[in-house]
Amino acid sequence: MTERPLATAGEASTAPRVPWTQRQGWLSQHLGTAIIGGILGYTFGHWLGNAISSNYQYIVNSGQNAIADALALIFGVVGWLLGIGALNYPLAKLAGRQPEKEVEVNDWSKYFRYSTNHKTVGLQYVVGVLLFMFTGGLLAMAIRTELLNPTTHYFSADTYIKIVSEHGTIMMMMATSIVVGPLGNYLVPLMIGSRRMAFPRIEAFSFWIFVAGYMVIFSALPYGGFPTGWTGYAPLQTQAGPGMVSYLFGFAVIGMGMMAAGFNIAVTIINYRAPGMTWSRVPIFVWSILATAALLTLATPTLFAAGLFGLLDKTAQTAFYVTEHGGSSYLWENLFWFFGHPEVYIMALPGFGIVGEILPVFTRKPLFAYKVGAAGMIGVSLLSFFVWQHHLFQSGINPDMRPLFMLTTELISIPTGFIYLVGMGTLYKSKIRFEIPMLFAMALYFNFLIGGVTGVFLSDVPVNVTVHGGFFVLSHFHYTIMGGLLFAFMGGLYYWLPKMTGRMMNKKIGLLHFWTMFIFFNLTFFPMFIIGLLGQPRRVFTYAKNLQGLNDFSSISAFLLGFSFLIFFFNLVWSLYISPQKAPANPWDSLGLEWQTATPVPPHNFERIPVILTDPYHYSEASAPAVADLGGDERVPAVSSHDGSGVA
Amino acid sequence: MNETHHLRRMTTIWIVLSIAADLLFWFLVGPHIPPGRMTDMASSNQFDFNILFVIAIPVLIGVWIYLAYAIAVWSAKRGGPEPVGGEAARNNRTAQVAWITITSVVVIFLAGFGTVELVVNHGSGGGEGPNPVWSPAGAIKAETAALAGTGTWSPNSNQVLPVQVIAQQWKFTYRYPTFGGFETPQLILPVNTTIAFNVTSLDVIHSFWAYQLSVKADANPQVNDVAYTTTNQTGPFTVRCSELCGIWHGSMYNYGRVVSQQKFMQWAQATEAANAANTKDLPPFAWTYVPDANGAAGGYYPDGTVTPYSTVETYGAKQPAS
Ligand code: HEM
Ligand SMILES: [Cu+2]
Ligand SMILES: [Cu+2]
Repeated sequence: MTERPLATAGEASTAPRVPWTQRQGWLSQHLGTAIIGGILGYTFGHWLGNAISSNYQYIVNSGQNAIADALALIFGVVGWLLGIGALNYPLAKLAGRQPEKEVEVNDWSKYFRYSTNHKTVGLQYVVGVLLFMFTGGLLAMAIRTELLNPTTHYFSADTYIKIVSEHGTIMMMMATSIVVGPLGNYLVPLMIGSRRMAFPRIEAFSFWIFVAGYMVIFSALPYGGFPTGWTGYAPLQTQAGPGMVSYLFGFAVIGMGMMAAGFNIAVTIINYRAPGMTWSRVPIFVWSILATAALLTLATPTLFAAGLFGLLDKTAQTAFYVTEHGGSSYLWENLFWFFGHPEVYIMALPGFGIVGEILPVFTRKPLFAYKVGAAGMIGVSLLSFFVWQHHLFQSGINPDMRPLFMLTTELISIPTGFIYLVGMGTLYKSKIRFEIPMLFAMALYFNFLIGGVTGVFLSDVPVNVTVHGGFFVLSHFHYTIMGGLLFAFMGGLYYWLPKMTGRMMNKKIGLLHFWTMFIFFNLTFFPMFIIGLLGQPRRVFTYAKNLQGLNDFSSISAFLLGFSFLIFFFNLVWSLYISPQKAPANPWDSLGLEWQTATPVPPHNFERIPVILTDPYHYSEASAPAVADLGGDERVPAVSSHDGSGVA
Repeated sequence: MNETHHLRRMTTIWIVLSIAADLLFWFLVGPHIPPGRMTDMASSNQFDFNILFVIAIPVLIGVWIYLAYAIAVWSAKRGGPEPVGGEAARNNRTAQVAWITITSVVVIFLAGFGTVELVVNHGSGGGEGPNPVWSPAGAIKAETAALAGTGTWSPNSNQVLPVQVIAQQWKFTYRYPTFGGFETPQLILPVNTTIAFNVTSLDVIHSFWAYQLSVKADANPQVNDVAYTTTNQTGPFTVRCSELCGIWHGSMYNYGRVVSQQKFMQWAQATEAANAANTKDLPPFAWTYVPDANGAAGGYYPDGTVTPYSTVETYGAKQPAS
């Protein structure tokens, strides 16, 4: 699509020769062919696995053929990629043919196709992560239902642990992409003045492999689930049934998407900045996505390898994690957390970036201590590679290194604290407009504070003796991931959806959504700190009788928290379809480059590549310079502050 | 309103509220913070938690006051003065340097404090691995003797008592090497005694969490994870598994009891005698046991000739090192 001459939407379809794979209508490649490809691949893989291995003695004895399960999933994913058309280009190249150029179909069906347009991919991701989140959320409701009563059980112990495991894994996989996918893909090119991502095909690949990963991890349920939680510790992993194959391969598949997305975004930010977009003018959101992309590219390979080792243990009878055959259960723990801690910052940094964009707009002030903020993000992402053993304080490995890991872990709070410096400095003597995005941004500062402070408690080894492995940890990371990242994501949607969809989100429903989500989030998770201190371990289906009151309080709040998400979904449907309000091009009076183009965003983002003149934070400045020269006569003026909400 | 006004106001509210909240917490809540004071480790870990909390309160209150103040005073609805952009609003050297310095000092202090507490308290009750470096006096001697089968323990002798915790799906059992190595599902401990828990697993990873004793040590197959604690009150305590170990992880708990040294001695000797016949059939006492050949921990022994348990000679003699 990149070499395509500048053309308006209408002209695009008159391109010379449209290959059959990209025609309008049914007889082309789209979600439907992907599903067919997936099913065919799955069936073939299963057959192949049985054909080559069903006579092995251990398979006959155990009655389980992990080889067939693994090959079914592997070929299923390959079939899916073939079906959607992800392999057309590389296969043509391999065969020495001139690949057919992608031509974007220009109707709604483009959202079901292998689109290489970063705006289409961004919107595909919005729907994808919301679906992921909805599934995980339903499982969360099931968890809180079981915990209503310590003695009356709604699920069997077996089912319960599989629900918990599936919930955790789905949510963690979703959270790695929740901002980078939708907002990263859609906004980064707009923010740095580019017409495209560096590698549009890799971008499309990262989305469709993400969907495949979702289905692979979901396939664990029909396979009977897996009992290890999202951390997948061996030897429990080695002992588990076929659902474990879905977990291990699922992380590998999601991992491919993470590496692809990270690599693509990092290259784009480094190479595709418009003239004048120097490093000191790059929006703070782009800094956060760059830091995240670095983590995605550098940490995910460890997860990928760890998952592969686990798959080999299960299929080829290797013994990476099998202690009595020379492997080590510590190996998985270390590989997993060497990825896993950078992962938690993959789930934090983009949220910091979002609030960094929202605050200046709604306070009408420049972003305070911009350089410190950017340095903090880089600092966090570097340090996050040196803390992983704080998850293993009580494991007996490396006990003499605990002071070091305690120090590095606590050091991370210094760059994390920069985010508070930035936020509080920006609020200082400002004029706050309490629009929905601003409310969510303020909520992040409230929630993440609790999450961060309790993180310091966890990293203190003596205190960790009591709080490790219990509900205290559980609450801690929900405060950072849900209270931080998810609140920021919601704020980001309310803020940017008007640009992405051309519709304003309804403010009244939005207020209801925000307040229910904020209040019930805190009422759900705050009691869990106390529950944890009082001795309830994680991942248990039964607990001490005296904890029922607190657990019930938490469960009922959780149901209401679940309801607040329904309000959000209702708001989406209401504002986009039932009662759509057209969004002005720049409803919030933002100086950000992404708001300076028309709404809907033209196919090539900018008529001419803009020349960046300064950073986008010159709010309330009398003689502020223009942000960018967009070509023609229109120079973007620095909007001076004016009263009112900006929305009709 | 000028700069000093805002800051002075906020600082006053902050100091007053922080001091009040700190005092209330320290005297009213602090003494009840888990894991209580049943052992020396529990008391010092409670102390650590409270120190952290006393530092956390001003941090939390500081940010909350600032946010509340901003919402109340700098809201657009109140129609205050227009904000002023420009260089002065973008950077403030004093504020930035002060913030970074203060957070760094607090954080480095906390890391130092945690390290001192960890070392002084012999690992604070956490899993120390097979070769602990911060052992209490007499622990290595008692452990070495226990393994050789020559260990003794008697009331008022101030000796360390080694106890082995064997975790398996889904229960804990305990062996007392100084009493002939008998195995029992009951965990009875003498008061005013330093206990050396030796935690291991026969299958997957578990975690031995004796809540009121403030002991938590992962049980790994083929690893001896040592944790120390010194009891100083009698009474019951809860043991829970705190690492996910499969379907019945939630049911993997039992209760132990700390009793007087004389009572403990009676119980141990009585149990040793009562269990003598069973103890003969147990594998010799060792720090770790290889899982059996039936597939626990994923083990697969095609020909079935592997010795099911390690001997003292193969695994035990090396640990703990001095
Ligand atoms: C000030 C920053 C933070 C500190 C000091 C910190 C510290 C810790 C520590 C020490 C643990 C291990 C607890 C244990 O198992 O005993 C932990 C667990 C965890 N943290 Fe954080 N953390 C911080 C921020 C975050 C952020 C930003 C996230 C995610 C966005 C996060 C997500 C998690 C998760 C998912 C776990 C759970 C591990 C499990 O499944 O056992 N943390 N954190
Ligand atoms: Cu971590
Ligand atoms: Cu267990």
